[in-house]
Amino acid sequence: MGTRRDFLKGVLASGAAATACAAAVPALARETRPRPPEALGLLYDATLCVGCKACVAACKESNNNPPEFSTVDHLWDTPLDTSGYTFNIIKMYRNGTMDAKDQETNGYAFMKTSCMHCGDPSCVSACPVSAMTKDPETGVVGYNPDKCIGCRYCVAACPFGIPKYQYDSPTGRIGKCELCRHRHKDGRYSACAEVCPTGATLFGRTEDLLAEAKRRLAMKPGELNRFPRGRLRPAQERMLQGKPDGKGQKHRHGWRDEPDQSYETPAGKYLQHVYGEKEYGGTQVLKLSAVNFEKVGMPDLPPEAAAAMSETIQHNLYGNLIMPFAVLGAMTYVAKRNVKPDDESSGKEEG
Amino acid sequence: MGDINEIFETSRKTLQEIEQRLEMPRREFLQFCATLAVTMGLPTGAEAAVAKAIESAKRPSVIWLHFQECTGCSESLLRAEHPTLEKLILDVISLDYHETLMAAAGHQAEAARKSAMQANKGKYVLVVEGAIPTKSNGIYCKIGGQTAIDMVKEVAADAAAVIAIGSCASWGGMPSTISPLSDSSPTGSAGVAEVLGKPVVTIPGCPPNPYNFLATVVHFLTFGKLPEVDKLGRPKFAYSRLIHENCERRAHFDAGRFAMEFGDAGHRQGYCLYKLGCKGPETYANCSTLGFGDAGENNWPVGCGHPCIGCTEKGVGFQKPIHQVARMLNVTPPLQYPRIVEEQGKAASFASAAAVAAVAGAAAGAAIMLTRNLGLSHAAAEAERARDAGDAGKPTAAEDKAQV
Repeated sequence: MGTRRDFLKGVLASGAAATACAAAVPALARETRPRPPEALGLLYDATLCVGCKACVAACKESNNNPPEFSTVDHLWDTPLDTSGYTFNIIKMYRNGTMDAKDQETNGYAFMKTSCMHCGDPSCVSACPVSAMTKDPETGVVGYNPDKCIGCRYCVAACPFGIPKYQYDSPTGRIGKCELCRHRHKDGRYSACAEVCPTGATLFGRTEDLLAEAKRRLAMKPGELNRFPRGRLRPAQERMLQGKPDGKGQKHRHGWRDEPDQSYETPAGKYLQHVYGEKEYGGTQVLKLSAVNFEKVGMPDLPPEAAAAMSETIQHNLYGNLIMPFAVLGAMTYVAKRNVKPDDESSGKEEG
Repeated sequence: MGDINEIFETSRKTLQEIEQRLEMPRREFLQFCATLAVTMGLPTGAEAAVAKAIESAKRPSVIWLHFQECTGCSESLLRAEHPTLEKLILDVISLDYHETLMAAAGHQAEAARKSAMQANKGKYVLVVEGAIPTKSNGIYCKIGGQTAIDMVKEVAADAAAVIAIGSCASWGGMPSTISPLSDSSPTGSAGVAEVLGKPVVTIPGCPPNPYNFLATVVHFLTFGKLPEVDKLGRPKFAYSRLIHENCERRAHFDAGRFAMEFGDAGHRQGYCLYKLGCKGPETYANCSTLGFGDAGENNWPVGCGHPCIGCTEKGVGFQKPIHQVARMLNVTPPLQYPRIVEEQGKAASFASAAAVAAVAGAAAGAAIMLTRNLGLSHAAAEAERARDAGDAGKPTAAEDKAQV
């Protein structure tokens, strides 16, 4: 026992076992999942945003979130970033003399920071207990505090830094935008889009929003154009999908009826890029901007979701418990080899 | 609803009568009705209903009682221009008892009250102005030998509606202010609801805007019931919004521009008065949307540069020091934005890093010393056990030998 020969034998045996298992399970290479066809989302158009923060206030109100203070006198709700109590915030890009809006040098621009509702979300992939879930129909990335164990893997996993933990509370939970899904049953959509005075935040099916975004990119900067506000109406959706105007289709999504709020305004100087169309395999919240997306805080992401790669690796390693068994076997062997049992030594003494 | 012409057609005669009775041109009369309808937040066309209600010749009897007060509420009402008070009290309502305004005096006055109560039993409107002293059986306020408590209970018993006008009648107001040196106000002043033991409609304010009162009365005339009220009995059409929400200086608050003292540059620029103690953020009233005294808008305390004292809010007005800053009931975002990347918290300073390093070093040193000492004591224990075993073993071996 304990000879080089034994050791090599053990290594060979465990290697063979591992190979056998691996051969039995084909490699689980997982593709990035696309958005569900009926996915709901938002289109944020930074060139239309006037920075009024009605969406920030409405978000707080509809999610029952308390104000957060970062100034000496506690007069205003002044969160510096999204947090366990702030799911939506308007940030400002500043450069030089800040002369003009949507100008990269010596200008300023606004950017909405809230959940992107990824097609293949890392937070859902990282969650060990299915507290983070993606609705198969609407694609809303929701959170269930009753299932959450507070591990905060989702906080670490999100490339946009969206899920945040309520660190100040002994019974803290994760705070993030859930697209106001609690309001959907009353036929009401996301509060941020509902209150936006310029249609900078627009609610609708992501597919339609993407068509709307492309329509905007095709506009000539400064030219008068019609922009919808609130949510996309069935007629607008049909138009965007290249179908004839669908009259009488008022309640397609079961949303409450409201008057058409579209209005005319000059088109912005868009960058020819719809953020979220391909990033991370596609997100349900799309963004348009006149200033480089990285400069306004939207990271440059590959078209594959990190969840696809990490799940491929993990599911291969843990498929049929190969890795745990292999590691356990190796560790047991090493431990056994290095342990000198007491009885053996006492037996020697006796002998 | 809303068809003014129809009213002109159907009640031309009544309108002509009204013209004579109120000495008010038809146009002005309809304007008055519209003003009140707007104050109450009624939809377009409601002025027609208001007009019809006022046209009817049956003027409701109103008994107006005065207790611990300054008559400021009546004075405020005297400044109403649409209609002027004499038109209101002589033609719209029948003011049968009002100590300041009635011509009668002494026993005659009390007789007028009694007969009005008798004649309109269950139909008259009781308006109370002023707080009611409750200490020492209410002896601090007597009218015609009768205490305020007895009188208000007597008149309220057969009233169709009770309206408390002004902060004093609403909850006790200024007379009920408790000095920090005692546990009750000097006369134990209380509001009407407290004395009657039932909720009443309150029109708090010091003084209240007369249109809030008039609109309440006209609502009663038009719809036969008092308007919807909040939990403090205040009509929602006037008291459901914070002053701060609709304040003309709100933009300055959101931008962080404040008057820091009276007469400074900010004060002269019309900046927000929050830091001078404005109670707008914790006071519910429509002062910021409905000016006082028909002298144009901005005609209210904040409009002329003085912070709101919160006179419509129990526990704020007459209780909190005027220049103490208010509690924010509704916190909203300011006109400032976080940057795209906002540094949160501070990076470790050299001193704190050195302190942490020192603590870590000490801990590491202690751990090393601890393990070394544990090792030493273990070695010592082992050596001792070996020695004991050796000592014990020899005699045993000797015994064995002896036995063998």
